[in-house]
Amino acid sequence: MADNVLEVSGVYKKFRRGELYGSLRDLLPAMVGRIFRPKLKPAEVDLDKRDFWALRDVTFSVKRGEAFAIIGGNGAGKSTLLKLLTGIMRPTMGDIRVAGRISALIEVSAGFHPDLTGRENVFLNGAILGMTRDEIKRRFDEIVAFSGLEEFIDTPVKRYSSGMFARLGFSVAAHVDPDVLLVDEVLSVGDYLFQRKCVERMNAVIAAGSTVVFVSHNLRAVANLCPRSMLIERGQVQMIGPTEEVIRAYYKRGSEPRTADERRKASITEVIAHDDSGRVVEIESGSKLRITVRGHAQQRIEDMSVVIQIVDDNQYSVFDTCTQRLGAGALTLEEGDSIEATFELDLSLAEGTFHVNAYLHRYLTDWPYDTWLSAATFFVTGAHDVRGLVTLYPRLTDCRISSGASKSEETVDGD
Amino acid sequence: MIDAIRELYSRRDLLIIMAWREIKVKYKQSVMGMLWAVLMPIVIVCSGFVVRYAMAGMSGKPVESTDLMSVAVKAAPWAFFVSTLRFGNTSLINSAHLVTKIYLPRLIFPLASVSSQLLDFSISTVAVTLFLAIAGAGVSIELLWLPLLLGALVVLATSLAILFSAASLFLRDVKFLVDVFLTFAIFFTPVFYESKLFGKLAPLLLINPVSPLLEGISDVVIHHQAPDLPWIAYSCTVAVVLFVVSLTSFKKLEPFFAESI
Repeated sequence: MADNVLEVSGVYKKFRRGELYGSLRDLLPAMVGRIFRPKLKPAEVDLDKRDFWALRDVTFSVKRGEAFAIIGGNGAGKSTLLKLLTGIMRPTMGDIRVAGRISALIEVSAGFHPDLTGRENVFLNGAILGMTRDEIKRRFDEIVAFSGLEEFIDTPVKRYSSGMFARLGFSVAAHVDPDVLLVDEVLSVGDYLFQRKCVERMNAVIAAGSTVVFVSHNLRAVANLCPRSMLIERGQVQMIGPTEEVIRAYYKRGSEPRTADERRKASITEVIAHDDSGRVVEIESGSKLRITVRGHAQQRIEDMSVVIQIVDDNQYSVFDTCTQRLGAGALTLEEGDSIEATFELDLSLAEGTFHVNAYLHRYLTDWPYDTWLSAATFFVTGAHDVRGLVTLYPRLTDCRISSGASKSEETVDGD
Repeated sequence: MIDAIRELYSRRDLLIIMAWREIKVKYKQSVMGMLWAVLMPIVIVCSGFVVRYAMAGMSGKPVESTDLMSVAVKAAPWAFFVSTLRFGNTSLINSAHLVTKIYLPRLIFPLASVSSQLLDFSISTVAVTLFLAIAGAGVSIELLWLPLLLGALVVLATSLAILFSAASLFLRDVKFLVDVFLTFAIFFTPVFYESKLFGKLAPLLLINPVSPLLEGISDVVIHHQAPDLPWIAYSCTVAVVLFVVSLTSFKKLEPFFAESI
């Protein structure tokens, strides 16, 4: 299709575990083979036991002006995919077509040379990212202003702090005007204010009609920026669709029961978020949510309490409670005993993604027997009238405008 | 190959800035700065003088001033050739962080390294020219050969730098091999002496495509005579063939750089 800026079809990428070449005997045929058979057909690709597929049959396309996200856990193949898209690597099989200039906000300060000054590095990095010298000259002041490093621009970057380093890198990269922009985890650069600046910049780039492909673990940012996304796992595309649905699918896969660790005295075996109708992933704000934690003792444990903590997407604690505080006292489990604790919560949370952390806590030593972070994940919906983490059930009781010119008053009465 | 050159042309600003980076970084935090470019040829010239005097002592023939001038005029191109290969050789390996993380035409790395050596070469050429002017080397029409000889030398050095940079990326053996070879290459190349000293064995020395070029330079600048044409033709052919081969194989191997480095 003509309006597809990016087309990826049937892409495979093979990697090899361990050292690349064991001996001269392996090497020579390998080199010769590589030079004369650059394109392989599926049947010809033999996977010996040291090889593995980092990507398998990946197919998707991105339209002009679209913001598209790639979601997946560590090792799912996201970075490999981005490297193929930028042309750093070539796929083992399959085709990638890019219409126009592609630029990547990945490793934004890789092009920096420590001995050069900030000014010199802006030119160097700008050129590496595909700008011409005239373009850089024209936008130089804008770039420096964005980084907020005017004072230190003539200092060698080896004297910069790592935050300054990354900020300058991002500032240069953010001012390249590509047809396709690839963004990988760079929004976690700098402090809160700078991060917000980055997200605004992304929004501006999208609004200006650039195509953006976004890779991030910050799923809230992804959901805000990209309407459509792709879930990739163990190198294979699991799903392509509206971001909300893809994120939901991603979290559903994440909460599988885990096996007990034999070395621990006690371990959490299951954490379920549920309501009357059973397990839930999506829940209306203000309704009742139950969280059940199941655990098992391998040895006798004393002074134990079950703790649940609800955190937001950035792992900031929103709420926590435990059996001890709720009146169950210190629990003692004999070897082989199991425990099940169910907490009922009135969910006064605003819209968003929340995770449940569960702990088997030991009171005396303040040290957990077992910890399970993000054991369950749920989405809160329905609190349309508030933003933030929680809802305090706001009601508008009065809202009036006093006019300076006349004495008449407009009054709106809430309930 | 045409594609490679076209891609390079479209990123010429990058090539210029990368070359400028090499130069800038090389002389940062050094008081002497670019004067260091003259040091290596001076050391070569001095050791050449020592060797010349030793040879004269053995053979009983006096040292002539043209012999010394010949050593001086060959030292600068030789220093250029050696350092181009040495730095070109590691240009890709030393930029591993860029090769694996950002896409840019990878030919930029060896070429930027060659460009910075070219600047050093120009500086040392000025120094040599001054020396020759003071020593009274004189000028003649034969100097018109110089652009061809120097051009062939640059093409030869560039081709080898490109070839070695890619080869040592895959096999570090190449890196060591080139280093060892360069350390001793001056003994196999007529820099301190002339190949004709070896009589019948002279062609053996001239197989090294740099040798005819160096002797040619000495012929036209010092002795004011035309260079040995068949051997110059041989060197030029080798240079052009190597250029095509190195560029083609570099482009063939380029897609595998990031995962093999």
